[in-house]
Amino acid sequence: MQASSKPGISVNIVTNTGIVAHGETAALPMRMTISKVNFYYGSKQILFDINMGIADKRVTALIGPSGCGKSTLLRAMNRMHETVHTSRLEGEIHLDGQNILAQDVTSLRRRVGMVFQRPNPFPKSIFDNVAYGLRINGIKGSTSEMVEKSLRRAALWEEVKDHLHKSAYELSGGQQQRLCIARALAVEPEVLLLDEPCSALDPISTAKIEELLVELKNLTTIAIVTHNMQQAARVSDFTAFVLTGQMIEFSPTPQLFTTPSDPRTEAYITGRFG
Amino acid sequence: MSARVKWRRFVSNFMLTLTGLCALVSVSVLFLILGYLVFNGGTSINWAFFTQLPKPVGETGGGMANAIVGSAKLLMAASLFGVPIGFLGGIYLAEFSGGAVASVVRYAADLLNGVPSIVIGIFAYSMVVLPFKQFSTLAGAFALGLMMIPITLRSTEEFLNGVPRYLREGAMALGASKWKTIASVVVPAAYRGILTAILLALARVAGETAPLLFTAFGNRFWSRGWEQPTASLPVMIFTYAVSPYEDWHRQAWAAGLVLLGLILIINILARTILSRGIAVPRS
Repeated sequence: MQASSKPGISVNIVTNTGIVAHGETAALPMRMTISKVNFYYGSKQILFDINMGIADKRVTALIGPSGCGKSTLLRAMNRMHETVHTSRLEGEIHLDGQNILAQDVTSLRRRVGMVFQRPNPFPKSIFDNVAYGLRINGIKGSTSEMVEKSLRRAALWEEVKDHLHKSAYELSGGQQQRLCIARALAVEPEVLLLDEPCSALDPISTAKIEELLVELKNLTTIAIVTHNMQQAARVSDFTAFVLTGQMIEFSPTPQLFTTPSDPRTEAYITGRFG
Repeated sequence: MSARVKWRRFVSNFMLTLTGLCALVSVSVLFLILGYLVFNGGTSINWAFFTQLPKPVGETGGGMANAIVGSAKLLMAASLFGVPIGFLGGIYLAEFSGGAVASVVRYAADLLNGVPSIVIGIFAYSMVVLPFKQFSTLAGAFALGLMMIPITLRSTEEFLNGVPRYLREGAMALGASKWKTIASVVVPAAYRGILTAILLALARVAGETAPLLFTAFGNRFWSRGWEQPTASLPVMIFTYAVSPYEDWHRQAWAAGLVLLGLILIINILARTILSRGIAVPRS
């Protein structure tokens, strides 16, 4: 991570203790901090010495060209990378000040939810999809109330309330993705990770999801990977630019897109490569 | 039209006709067998066939009630023994084993699948019949169950491997442990295929005669419990078909038809159950 050299503009140095050092964001609490993360698949290093923070109740976007490691970084935040046996992570990732690498992985993933690139509803009814997380985690209370609440939060309730027991596959792609968001929201995660959630969707569905994200940040903390720079500019409060596994720049979104401090960021956002 | 295009058209039409003919031949063989069975069996079948015991040699009439019940008992016990082992083994292979173990088990299963059924019969004979000094339903079920293991194991493994990775990730990202992911998402997503494979295995062993010849043996009367020799439809068909009696030949045909009907009923039942679930769409 690089500190901005320009005074007066917020700076995003995250120290090892997970505190934002100075600038406008100094007062903003960090939900997650990533310190000195190096990541490998086998002998190939994917991420190099990454430091960043995910600000509480804000949207943080990760942008960069394909294969730069932004998805890998996101997946490390709820340890989904561990499903690949050859992966290895060095460094520390903290959630609320606790190292997630030392925690029970299933309870971590309940607290840090994830929505994937491709809508992946289970072969179950709409209702059972949303209720799934509640059931496997043994969450008590009225399941149908919580399902309705989650579907409302995902702005899907009005469209599906009359056929909750139909197959989730009868929904359109955009609806399926919102269903996956509802499914993730049902267990009330502290952080929601989204890995290019709109890349398989049409512009209208994309717009709906973007609108949703902006609303959701009142409820939860969001980190989103996107290859779409306009999307990052529209929905996020902070943007990290990742290039060949390195964090080139991490700034408040308006600053990164208007006055980038690194020439590589500028080259990327002006479309000279990527 | 150039010669080249003409030649291509010719080859195309020729291959189309050839593949069509082959498809027709395979279907007609099936229908020929079915038709022959229905024609011969249908004229011989009557109510007594389902309700009465076989008549002594020389008397006409009688039925195969004991063989129908015997076959049902054999298939039930064989499934109870073979399906869980094959199913759980398949889960292990697909979800937990590393490369080396998996390939050894896979190879062993394929070998077991290729073992002639009469050899399975001899094995069951020496493992169950000889120690207990008795032909029994259990010995027959053991032999049939053994044959069901490799089919169930391999198809479970295959169908589980076919469940897309993104479904597993979706479950794990919600805090599901590996076992919960398998039990609540992976197996339900694959269960249609697995159940179909189990039914095919069942249908295959339902017609097996050789492994039963010296395990379940045969019985002219009701077999009580599980420790006595029992009659079964395939062995009855074998015995009756090679006999010199006209009436027995007719009954053998009827038995063939009943065996076919039994398999058909199991299939229809399972498909009715299957059609209720939600399938993962092919992408």
